[in-house]
Amino acid sequence: MSTQMVEATKKEYQYGFHDPEKYTFKARKGLDKEIVEEISWMKSEPAWMRDFRLRSLEQFVAKPMPTWGADLSELQFDNIYYYLKATDRQGKTWEEVPDTIKNTFDRLGIPEAERKFLAGVGAQYESEVIYHNLKEEWEKLGVVFVDTDTAVREYPDLVKEYFGTIIPPSDNKFAALNSAVWSGGSFIYVPKGVKVDIPLQAYFRINAQNMGQFERTLIICDEGSQVHYVEGCTAPIYSSDSLHSAVVEIIVKKGARCRYTTIQNWSVNVYNLVTKRAVAYEDATMEWIDGNLGSKVTMKYPAVYMLGKGAKAEILSIAFAGHGQNLDAGGKVVHGAPHTTSTITSKSISKDGGRSSYRGLLKVAKGAVGCKSNVRCDALILDEHSRSDTYPYIEIDENDVAIGHEASVSKIGEEQLFYLMSRGVSENEAATMIVNGFIEPLVKELPMEYAVEMNRLIQLQMEGSVG
Amino acid sequence: MGSELVVRDLHVNVEGKEILKGVNLQVRQGEVHALMGPNGSGKSTLAYTLAGHPKYEVTDGEVLLDGENLLEMGADERARKGIFLAFQYPTAIPGVNMANFLRTAVSRVRAAQSDNAGSARDGGELIPMREFRKELNSSLSMLKMESDFVRRYLNDGFSGGEKKRAEILQMALLRPKIAILDETDSGLDIDALRVVSEGVNALSGTNLGVLLITHYQRILNYIKPNFIHILFNGRVVVSGGPELASVLEEKGYDWVRTEFGEPVAG
Repeated sequence: MSTQMVEATKKEYQYGFHDPEKYTFKARKGLDKEIVEEISWMKSEPAWMRDFRLRSLEQFVAKPMPTWGADLSELQFDNIYYYLKATDRQGKTWEEVPDTIKNTFDRLGIPEAERKFLAGVGAQYESEVIYHNLKEEWEKLGVVFVDTDTAVREYPDLVKEYFGTIIPPSDNKFAALNSAVWSGGSFIYVPKGVKVDIPLQAYFRINAQNMGQFERTLIICDEGSQVHYVEGCTAPIYSSDSLHSAVVEIIVKKGARCRYTTIQNWSVNVYNLVTKRAVAYEDATMEWIDGNLGSKVTMKYPAVYMLGKGAKAEILSIAFAGHGQNLDAGGKVVHGAPHTTSTITSKSISKDGGRSSYRGLLKVAKGAVGCKSNVRCDALILDEHSRSDTYPYIEIDENDVAIGHEASVSKIGEEQLFYLMSRGVSENEAATMIVNGFIEPLVKELPMEYAVEMNRLIQLQMEGSVG
Repeated sequence: MGSELVVRDLHVNVEGKEILKGVNLQVRQGEVHALMGPNGSGKSTLAYTLAGHPKYEVTDGEVLLDGENLLEMGADERARKGIFLAFQYPTAIPGVNMANFLRTAVSRVRAAQSDNAGSARDGGELIPMREFRKELNSSLSMLKMESDFVRRYLNDGFSGGEKKRAEILQMALLRPKIAILDETDSGLDIDALRVVSEGVNALSGTNLGVLLITHYQRILNYIKPNFIHILFNGRVVVSGGPELASVLEEKGYDWVRTEFGEPVAG
């Protein structure tokens, strides 16, 4: 009962906070010091966070655009809203949502209320109730799972200790941008020895804040703890915003285990430029499961820095690029301590002129003896208009290591298609089976409901693509 | 009235070279035909052509199933009409669970044959799991296969014998009218050959016509054909009853070569 009252008070506070009569913030395009100050002021942030944002803005301006990876030359920083109040975001109407997105919702059988939310025209999502029930469970264990804005207000010490320490604003231009204008995202703290059985899903506490363009996520797994976080959902997310640039920082302490699962399915007008990095200490395990289906351009390479002996990293990455898409994805593992182990598995698919690339880094520092690493990247190309590339970067400064690297590129086999078709299955259904089979090693790692949706999505993406 | 596959004056090119030069054959439901011949005579070309592989170009002749022109149909449609090819070298499809695949294939074929167009399409309804399981288990036990087998990925990492058994398992479930068995005996040890043959015999009754393609007459000790044809240099040069097998055993293919034309290399 008391928890509910706290929740109610918070809500009122939030609504008051956004009352347009009290604040005169007007959304405008472009980015400068004034916008950043206004964002911070709108959020009533402490001075340290405002200063962090302003320092980050300087970094953003000073940093050059990446000269590698996908083509970003059409990205116009002056033509983007960097902060919109929730009420501005909801200004869109259902009629404005493109038919392609609506049809996909139909095919996926997504409930009405959820559709509106996903299309950006609704405010709240029904499963809020489920979230509150789960939240009570977590709170008993001392688990914190809130949006990052709330965390800055309610858990300032924890946030201050870790925020920006794994991915400093100086890391890259887009990390700097996010650091200057971030809003929303998830903050998770799992106390020592606590194992959270049910995956924590942003899905359950979806709100306009969470789905922002520049979300900022920070996860701290204290010693011996265990958590699985699931970001987003497999339904296509329509956004009129053309740039999505998130930062995700994760700290996995001694003996802890963290798994982070993403299925990204932004609409195909979006540049999705995301920095994700975890540090894993002694005997800790970090797993990234990263699926990329949507967006116009994605550049995303989840990283694990293994800084304590016996740490483990596992990265599973899927990219499925269709017409007009360039998905540059992969992973990075840095072995900074002895007897650390890593595995990267990448599966990329391109069709209808799409381009998908694997880009990965494997680094072993001097003195990190007895490390093991295995990198495997497989690409499947569905037609001759499409393209797939592999860019493995390997830096080994230690002799006593065991490294394996395998790469394969295959066209969807005429023989495989013929075999399946000779059993009465149509060409399109046969091709879909082959693609689903190709990514099966990864899909089987997903929670059940995601795996089912993933297979349906592949089916949708495959429709009419062959023959 | 049983179904009938008619092959009339079939000419087929592979990569621009004529391999079949006017094949004539007629297989009815309930009959077992053995098609024998030396390497390079065109046996596998005939098998792939009948099943509808796009690489095989038909330049002349016709293939009819109950009067319908199969040559105008894709491989999937032919299968739904009741044609089945047991591959000599079944293709591995990693990640595709065998039981799920079989259920889909069986659903598509049965729906087409019962004129249930909705389920014949992609993403259409699948036959009920319980019903499918029951059929699957009885076919598995007929072929002396463990039920774990169908949890594996299709043909992926299968031994030679497992692949051939898996082909016959699919045939059992799809219940074709006419089955073409392409060198099903090759690479099988004697025990596996016996199990596979027993499977074929159990299925070939009045409802199945079999075209058994083989190089060796060894399998004919287990599967008794009603007719034997000898394919040589792209044509059926001799047709006869089961007694032809002993002639071949005695004289080998050299006899065919001297009788019917120029020697074939290798």
